[in-house]
Amino acid sequence: MMTPDAPLLSVQDLVVSYGNIKALRGISFEVHEGEIVTLIGANGAGKSTTLRAISGLIPIEDGRIIFDGKDLRAYPPHRIVELGISHAPEGRGIFGTLTVMENLKLATYARRDKDEIQKDYRRVFDLFPRLEERKNQIAGTLSGGEQQMLAVGRALMTRGRLMLLDEPSMGLAPILVQEIFRVLQEINQAGTTILLVEQNAHMALQVASRGYVLETGSITVQGTTQALTKDPKVKEAYLGG
Amino acid sequence: MNRRWWLPLILALLFLLSILLPHFGILNLYLQQVLMYVGINIILTISLNLVNGYMGEFSVGHAGFMAIGAYISSLLTVWVFPKSWGPFVFPLVLILGGLGAALAGLIVAFPSFKTRGDYLAIVTLAFNMIIKSVLENIEAIGGPRGFMGMSKLTNVAWVYVWVLITIFAIRNFVFSAYGRGILSIREDEVAAELVSVNTRQTKILAFVISSFFAGIAGGLFAHVLQFINPRSFTILKSTDVLVMVYLGGIGSIMGSILGASIYTILLELLRPLGVWRWVVGPLLLVILMVTRPRGIMGLREARWLLPAEEVQADAAVTS
Repeated sequence: MMTPDAPLLSVQDLVVSYGNIKALRGISFEVHEGEIVTLIGANGAGKSTTLRAISGLIPIEDGRIIFDGKDLRAYPPHRIVELGISHAPEGRGIFGTLTVMENLKLATYARRDKDEIQKDYRRVFDLFPRLEERKNQIAGTLSGGEQQMLAVGRALMTRGRLMLLDEPSMGLAPILVQEIFRVLQEINQAGTTILLVEQNAHMALQVASRGYVLETGSITVQGTTQALTKDPKVKEAYLGG
Repeated sequence: MNRRWWLPLILALLFLLSILLPHFGILNLYLQQVLMYVGINIILTISLNLVNGYMGEFSVGHAGFMAIGAYISSLLTVWVFPKSWGPFVFPLVLILGGLGAALAGLIVAFPSFKTRGDYLAIVTLAFNMIIKSVLENIEAIGGPRGFMGMSKLTNVAWVYVWVLITIFAIRNFVFSAYGRGILSIREDEVAAELVSVNTRQTKILAFVISSFFAGIAGGLFAHVLQFINPRSFTILKSTDVLVMVYLGGIGSIMGSILGASIYTILLELLRPLGVWRWVVGPLLLVILMVTRPRGIMGLREARWLLPAEEVQADAAVTS
């Protein structure tokens, strides 16, 4: 059993390499139940790598990832989802030749709670009415914004306690970015903890309570979002002065 | 309520015809033979479509699994069971052949699916060649001269029944929750893992099922021809099956039925052209691929094969 104060997710000295290149050089951070925590950083800083390591998609070289008191290294990716980590991957990873509904249905693959599943469809459609209008449309023909909604909706359908989001704002018009972030806050208020990876530091720091700045595989700055927005280094590098 | 009441009726009627037409000599032996080849090719094509079409992997050694089914079933009917038992043990013999092929499928799949991408093509290609060489070098079962002595146990009705079993099994598998996992692997393997599909296990299972039915087809084939040799199961045979899969369209059972039927009958019709049919047939194929790159059905499915809820969903969209 975990103690009441223990973080939901604790990453300790995580090292990940691609061949000879060290993508993560021993990073540590925590996410507590109910929080939105953001990892910001430039391209290639290791943000997506961090999420992929948490989901078990790439091997960990050193360090530990503890979720809900369990060491995730012992679990394959599909089991990690069942433990309660949803992941909307970079580039959205939707199933392009299947319909919107089939995409959502696939996310319930390992779930056996039929009544709850129906409620969750309702919830996704309430959050994203656009998806309900297009539920029989082939997902590959959706616009970028709708595909992102679908990726978030699909992550919701796996019903994790922790949701990993990889650049939900990527390639979207500003108004859609606003929309997605509004929904993320709603999802969070309903009880889902969120770990958000973003290049759009401006938006990310608005919704998150704490943040970490990742630079070439190391965490250089961390703190509450208020502190980060005032930090001169963060301001200059990520918020445009 | 059930709008499909006619489907079992038609299938039963066809079954009756598959017994009666040959029995009263309305279909001559040649036509029966062609029909049986069509059926066997349908089984091969649907089973390969499971791996190459629905799952999006690329297996090129289907004839290898067919060979295993053919040899095991032939050895059983000729050496193990008395000849007079033949018609009664035939289903069992076919299933044993299928299980042998499935076991081989498991052995191939186990290491292959540790990696991603094109490795399966290389491994299955090698497997096909190994099977052929092994069969050629076992003198006890005829070596390169082949094996014979089987009774003509396969008939139109049996082929028809096995085609139905194949369609039923693979169609239900594909539309099951587990089968949806197969589609997700084709679409995006990483995303599949992120919706908690055990991708490795799913791939192995699909491959084993596919191999099983290839083995069944092999057994049927051996007992039509009553003679098999290793050269019947080379990479050329595998290529034929690939052609039928892509001609009919990936990810579609109806496509496989059409692809196998059209290709088999076409090559039969072109027989008078002699060697030239191997030019005309493939040429038609090239033309079809240029004008219709996704094959005849191309990811679409015939209505009668869709689950009722999907038909309703379709109706809801159009109304």
